[in-house]
Amino acid sequence: MNELTDLTIAEALAGLKNKKFSATELTKAYLNKMEEGRRFNAYVLETPEIALKAAEKADKNYASGTARLLEGIPLGIKDLFCTKGIRTTACSHIIDNFIPPYESTVTQRLFDAGASCLGKLSMDEFAMGGSNENSCFGPVINPWSKDKNLVPGGSSGGSAAAVCAGMCAGATGTDTGGSIRQPAAFCGITGMKPTYGRCSRYGIMAFASSLDQAGPMGKDVRDCALLLNVMAGYDEKDSTSVRKEVPDFTKVLGQNVQGLKIGIPAEYRPDGLSKEISEAWDKAAAILKAHGAEIVNISLPHTKYALPVYYIIAPAEASSNLARYDGVRYGNRVEGASISDLYVNTRSAGFGKEVKRRIMVGTYVLSAGYYDAYYVKAQKVRRLIQNDFKEAFKLCDVILTPTSPVTAFQIGDKSMAENPINMYLNDIFTVSVNLAGLPAMSLPIGLSSDGLPLGMQLIGRAFDEETVFKAGYVLEQDAGFKRK
Amino acid sequence: MAEYVIETPKGKWEMVCGLEIHCQIISKSKIFSGASTEFGDDANVNVSFVDAGMPGMLPVLNKECVRQAVKTGMGLNAKINKYSVFSRKNYFYPDTPQNYQITQFEYPLVGEGEVFIDLKDGSTRRIGIERIHIEQDAAKSIHDLNPKKSYIDLNRAGVGLMEIVTKPDFRSPEEVGEFLKKLRSIVRYLGTCDGNMDEGSMRCDASVSVRPAGSSELRARAEVKNVNSVKFAMQAVEFEAKRQVELYEAGETMQQQTRHFDQTTGGTKFLRLKEFSDDYRYFPEPDLPPLVLDDEFIEQVRSEMVELPDAKKARFVKDMGLTAYDAAVLCENKETADFFEKAAKGRDAKKVANWIMGDFFAMLNAKRLPLEKSPVTPEMLGQLVDLITSNVINGKTAKDVFAIMAETGENPEKIVEEKGWKQVTDTGAIESLIDKILAANPDNVAAYKAGKVNLMGWFVGQVMKESKGTANPAMVNQILKQKLG
Amino acid sequence: MAIDNDTVKKVALLAQLKVDDDKLDETRDAFNKILNWVAQLDEVDTQGVEPLVSVHEQTLICREDVVTDGNKKDEILANAPLKEFGYFAVPKVVE
Repeated sequence: MNELTDLTIAEALAGLKNKKFSATELTKAYLNKMEEGRRFNAYVLETPEIALKAAEKADKNYASGTARLLEGIPLGIKDLFCTKGIRTTACSHIIDNFIPPYESTVTQRLFDAGASCLGKLSMDEFAMGGSNENSCFGPVINPWSKDKNLVPGGSSGGSAAAVCAGMCAGATGTDTGGSIRQPAAFCGITGMKPTYGRCSRYGIMAFASSLDQAGPMGKDVRDCALLLNVMAGYDEKDSTSVRKEVPDFTKVLGQNVQGLKIGIPAEYRPDGLSKEISEAWDKAAAILKAHGAEIVNISLPHTKYALPVYYIIAPAEASSNLARYDGVRYGNRVEGASISDLYVNTRSAGFGKEVKRRIMVGTYVLSAGYYDAYYVKAQKVRRLIQNDFKEAFKLCDVILTPTSPVTAFQIGDKSMAENPINMYLNDIFTVSVNLAGLPAMSLPIGLSSDGLPLGMQLIGRAFDEETVFKAGYVLEQDAGFKRK
Repeated sequence: MAEYVIETPKGKWEMVCGLEIHCQIISKSKIFSGASTEFGDDANVNVSFVDAGMPGMLPVLNKECVRQAVKTGMGLNAKINKYSVFSRKNYFYPDTPQNYQITQFEYPLVGEGEVFIDLKDGSTRRIGIERIHIEQDAAKSIHDLNPKKSYIDLNRAGVGLMEIVTKPDFRSPEEVGEFLKKLRSIVRYLGTCDGNMDEGSMRCDASVSVRPAGSSELRARAEVKNVNSVKFAMQAVEFEAKRQVELYEAGETMQQQTRHFDQTTGGTKFLRLKEFSDDYRYFPEPDLPPLVLDDEFIEQVRSEMVELPDAKKARFVKDMGLTAYDAAVLCENKETADFFEKAAKGRDAKKVANWIMGDFFAMLNAKRLPLEKSPVTPEMLGQLVDLITSNVINGKTAKDVFAIMAETGENPEKIVEEKGWKQVTDTGAIESLIDKILAANPDNVAAYKAGKVNLMGWFVGQVMKESKGTANPAMVNQILKQKLG
Repeated sequence: MAIDNDTVKKVALLAQLKVDDDKLDETRDAFNKILNWVAQLDEVDTQGVEPLVSVHEQTLICREDVVTDGNKKDEILANAPLKEFGYFAVPKVVE
């Protein structure tokens, strides 16, 4: 081990506890790393004073024996989480000066557990995108990039890049259609989207309320479990958060998978899926099988409709959720002669192209005469997709699929710039999970021939993150993936 | 029942009208946040981050608002829906901080119900209730502080509203007026809304169309906004119906539109056509799972129901012998009815009712006092009636006693005692008074005996005067007649 | 269902966004591409299927009627682009 920033959260906690180093030293190591890594453009705001102050307190707590669960662990926070007194922008010009007077429940829980905030991480504007190119602060560079700059994935691209480059011990992400898992896969880290309702959405700027879910992004499976232990839990301020006990997710790590049934969905191996990805998938299945798990072929027949369903429901909800950004109560404002001019000027100048596109599509599919044809139809197919999973989970305990049909691509990719649908298609393996509200994890399984990380996805039953963690941990142990 | 017909030289028309009434729910905190519902405070004080539509803020439903709406539903004999869903109504307006309103659309909390109204001609009409749903109130804009700007105060944003939608059952302005009075009385009885239309806690929009009398067609309607009193609502629908009749008779057509009632002219003004911008893009509110009520909750609310005006009125007529008119007057608000019941307990209810509707109401009016500030308590009024019934004082003296009670708040018995106004009912005492008067006026006695019988009144007056009003007038009359033969 | 420029303008108005005239065709085409693509849902037989409103069978948990919030005028107004006399200020709204 070379540096403090190479340590996982679990290792760092042990080191802090045993006084091998102080929280201040650990924090400074990360702050240095952030400085070195500024070329990646992962942070849109660095908060060193806040982090150092928290480290000071952490050191006191370690000294007095009152250290909390994540005492002294420096985290990066996706800029979609409102942080009290710290600028929060959703990486959108429309609100790039917003200082929230409140704290999101998830970050509150992390900070209450002793974690600290290194800064705010870049993302696609309002979490809409799969490459982090839609950030008003410019694209983020995938630390795996060699000669050409690659995207880190999105929307939680800043989070993935920061974890990958050792610029934070772990990060928060949000996942509406794959926004934790796909960037985790592109950057060779581990990311967990919990069951819908596991984590409170209070204080997270909403993209698509019925799909959004916060989750941890970390260096390995255990770190994600440690973070989720703190992030998850019922919140009376979010009516969609679920009143359910949160188990200690680290308890299952290392448990065997003997007899566990691993579902392999036929629909996730479309014609033209790259051989490398296909092989990586086989490799993952083989690892689990070698540990005594049983491989079961399953079918999720409505898979191909997940993306169209998603691209109706998510924009519809977004069109409404983003209506509040109007230049009246917060954010930037472009004056106008009338109130409507003010709205139009403010919103036209403030939102980026992809956000506007989705607001328009969402507005259209909800409008009179089209609501049934689009929105209601999509809600019905959404139920069929959820039913597919219910049926599948009668045959298996966890589902194994690749996270993405592609590896990290170049910034400014032409085919995606020309046709948004090409970008949307990258989410083909991740969106169904959001539509069904299930937990799913992406973890690195190996490298492509180009030397880029390949991610595997494990999907669990609703509120059964534990099986996902258990299987993920087994995969991680044998995959032999070397972190960047 | 007298039909309301708009008659012109060219033809006969009838109005078709439905109402949407927004009632502010009585609750301590707002429907989706913990901010207070008080008004009158400084601007933007009773506001939470949720009410301000801040990023990432989420609604949490106030159970009391549900309870109040369910109670109102029960008061309107309506179906309580155990399953209801919140929806978003999307429109940009500075009074709506999220630029959508959380309301209910496809699955309202309360379904169909009915209200019966009494009309002047003695008939009763049934008005159907279509639904009641609950939603958040808008903020208030202040337009008169700056010629170029509007100012937004979010204090009212997020206060709970019940929107009561009627069937298009109204055929006359009178029905509209009676319905609003009845509804106001019901919500006040229930304590679910204070019903103050002039303060905006109860607001009414009227949908008005007309058609040739007797036909069943439904023509384009105008939604008339800003009718904030019973009188204005009646004026507005009457004006609007007549306006439409004129339009049709001039060969023109009517497009579905929104109009504004102008209080100064009593007319309605065109606001806008129903158009694309009225496309509210309703969809289920993803921040709130469906609301499911259990039987226990519904039964709990049912057990809290109070006797409503109709039932009370029927009881006053049946058990207490009041006329339908008196009962209706006394039942219009619960406080009066309660006052009456207390005062009438164990007494002649009709007499008590007369006192309340006569001198008592007149006194409150003259003093501009609300019932609860009355110096005369129900117990005192009851005692006054007792004094009359037991002949301790006569009716005329009672009026004087009441006047003193109203001024001093004193007990009537005490007043009578102190003033020495106890009625003289002793036959001997009255006889000696009469003898004195007869002896002093031999001419009139002679005139009476000669046939001028209308002098009887004069004799009674003299005796009463002599007794300083305390003689029992009936006895005076009787003994006088005997003595004058 | 192909969309024309007129519809693009109407939708933009509803969304309070401006589409410049020279961007109308491009916006319309991107719009149509997406709508044609999502139209593949038409192949799915959804007869008798209830629309999914929330993913879990969870129902609403209500709060008690207690005043727990408010009285933070400064924070409410802190981020306002234009505030005057303790109000949010906007161009005159005429109804």
